[in-house]
Amino acid sequence: MRNYSVFSLAREALLGHKGWKEQWRSPEPKKSYDVIIVGAGGHGLATAYYLAREHGITNVAVIEKGWLGGGNTGRNTTIIRSNYLYDESAGIYNHAIKLWEGLSQELNYNIMFSQRGVMMLAHNVHDVQVFKRHIHANRLNGVDNAWLTPEQAKEFCPPLNISKQARYPVMGAALQRKGGTARHDAVAWGYARGASDRGVDIIQQCEVTGINRDASGNVTGVETTKGTINAKKVGVVAAGHSSVLMQMADIQMPLESFPLQALVSEPVKPIMPCVVMSNTVHAYISQSDKGELVIGAGTDQYTSYSQTGGLHILTHTLDAIVEMFPIFSRMKMLRSWGGIVDVTPDRSPILAKTPVSGLYVNCGWGTGGFKATPGSGHVFAHTIARDEPHEINAGFTLERFRNGRLIDEAAAAAVAH
Amino acid sequence: MLLIHCPYCEEERPEVEFAGAGEAHIDRPKDMNAMSDAEFEKFFFIRDNLKGVNYERWRHIHGCGRFFNAVRDTVSDKFLTTYKSGEKKPDPAKLKTGKGAK
Repeated sequence: MRNYSVFSLAREALLGHKGWKEQWRSPEPKKSYDVIIVGAGGHGLATAYYLAREHGITNVAVIEKGWLGGGNTGRNTTIIRSNYLYDESAGIYNHAIKLWEGLSQELNYNIMFSQRGVMMLAHNVHDVQVFKRHIHANRLNGVDNAWLTPEQAKEFCPPLNISKQARYPVMGAALQRKGGTARHDAVAWGYARGASDRGVDIIQQCEVTGINRDASGNVTGVETTKGTINAKKVGVVAAGHSSVLMQMADIQMPLESFPLQALVSEPVKPIMPCVVMSNTVHAYISQSDKGELVIGAGTDQYTSYSQTGGLHILTHTLDAIVEMFPIFSRMKMLRSWGGIVDVTPDRSPILAKTPVSGLYVNCGWGTGGFKATPGSGHVFAHTIARDEPHEINAGFTLERFRNGRLIDEAAAAAVAH
Repeated sequence: MLLIHCPYCEEERPEVEFAGAGEAHIDRPKDMNAMSDAEFEKFFFIRDNLKGVNYERWRHIHGCGRFFNAVRDTVSDKFLTTYKSGEKKPDPAKLKTGKGAK
């Protein structure tokens, strides 16, 4: 792998940029691998990367139906934060933040991680109480989160409307200063480059159509549109299609898949210094380095695999944005799109072994999986390599829906979905 | 936005009048205390979440207020039919070509 540095840039600049090589290989699949990861999104690629880097397992294939990073990794609003309520969540999301902080250097790839702060607005007494409870729980777990008055919130984010005349006036805010954003595509590309360099085969345009098992029920590999590929261990990291894939191994999942939409405005000069989220009026917004306002909408109310949502969901979100930021009322929206998110009953992910020996699943990230990408891949690689969960993901089992040990983060999502 | 035919009001109305109510034909158990943990999990948490033809419940919350069932394709989001609560599951093979297809 060619190292990216100021010297390689300067050299290529002098030589007309003719020496750049492709960032990852695109090999034909081998007959067998030690581990197959299904899904080349951020979580799947991170899993493959950490399998190779941390556990020395390099005979790995990442199989992708479409193109690398083309699912929810390339469709989310890139918000990163870790101010969840419960200990398990604090563990995994804060693990991710620590990895984010060094990721550009580690991958030798600029993922544009920007800790610009994530501010969650409170609009009523209930919000104030819930956020203060979160702040106290976060502080006990070593997660930074602080309470701001409306004036302090406005100081932190000047375009914010804190007028008492607003329909839902701002009564305060919870601010996680270590939260922020990263460049979503670069995360997928950086992990793909790092994994490919360590020997991982990334196989795109190859759909998994079946999960093969032997007579005693152990996983033996997968059927794909490019033929049978054998492996003793298969990790499913397929987001919205997790139910479909797990049904290939006769496992019914506690998941429902919903469309979730986002949109961007025309690019403008820097105006939003941070990420702002509001549960009560339902909107979240930040500004990309290109200058577009990046706005997240809600889920549709029906299950779907269409990657398309209803227009009324977007207009509802824009109503809220304009209420919070009247200055944006004449902005033009450029593009909107949808992704399919797999939602668990307790709104926490599943990163675990399954009842089928050799089959592992990383799913259920619902509406907010991007922020966890490095942490998720790191502990899932551990789970696959050692055939037992890392202490950080020990609580995120599939069995919790049977034994009742839920990690009920429904109220902790920054917006209600 | 979906257009949904309410089988009670007998007319097609916009989705905002309706509330989605999840997978259909899940029978509420008569005696929850007698259920095993696995049975309760299946009833309460496990969902088919099918890619393709799906049975689901809707409620015409800003109309007649009643629950009804629908057959919808989760890839195209198109409804194949809607029918009243308590009626039997329609056979989707017949719906695609037969009466009720929209």
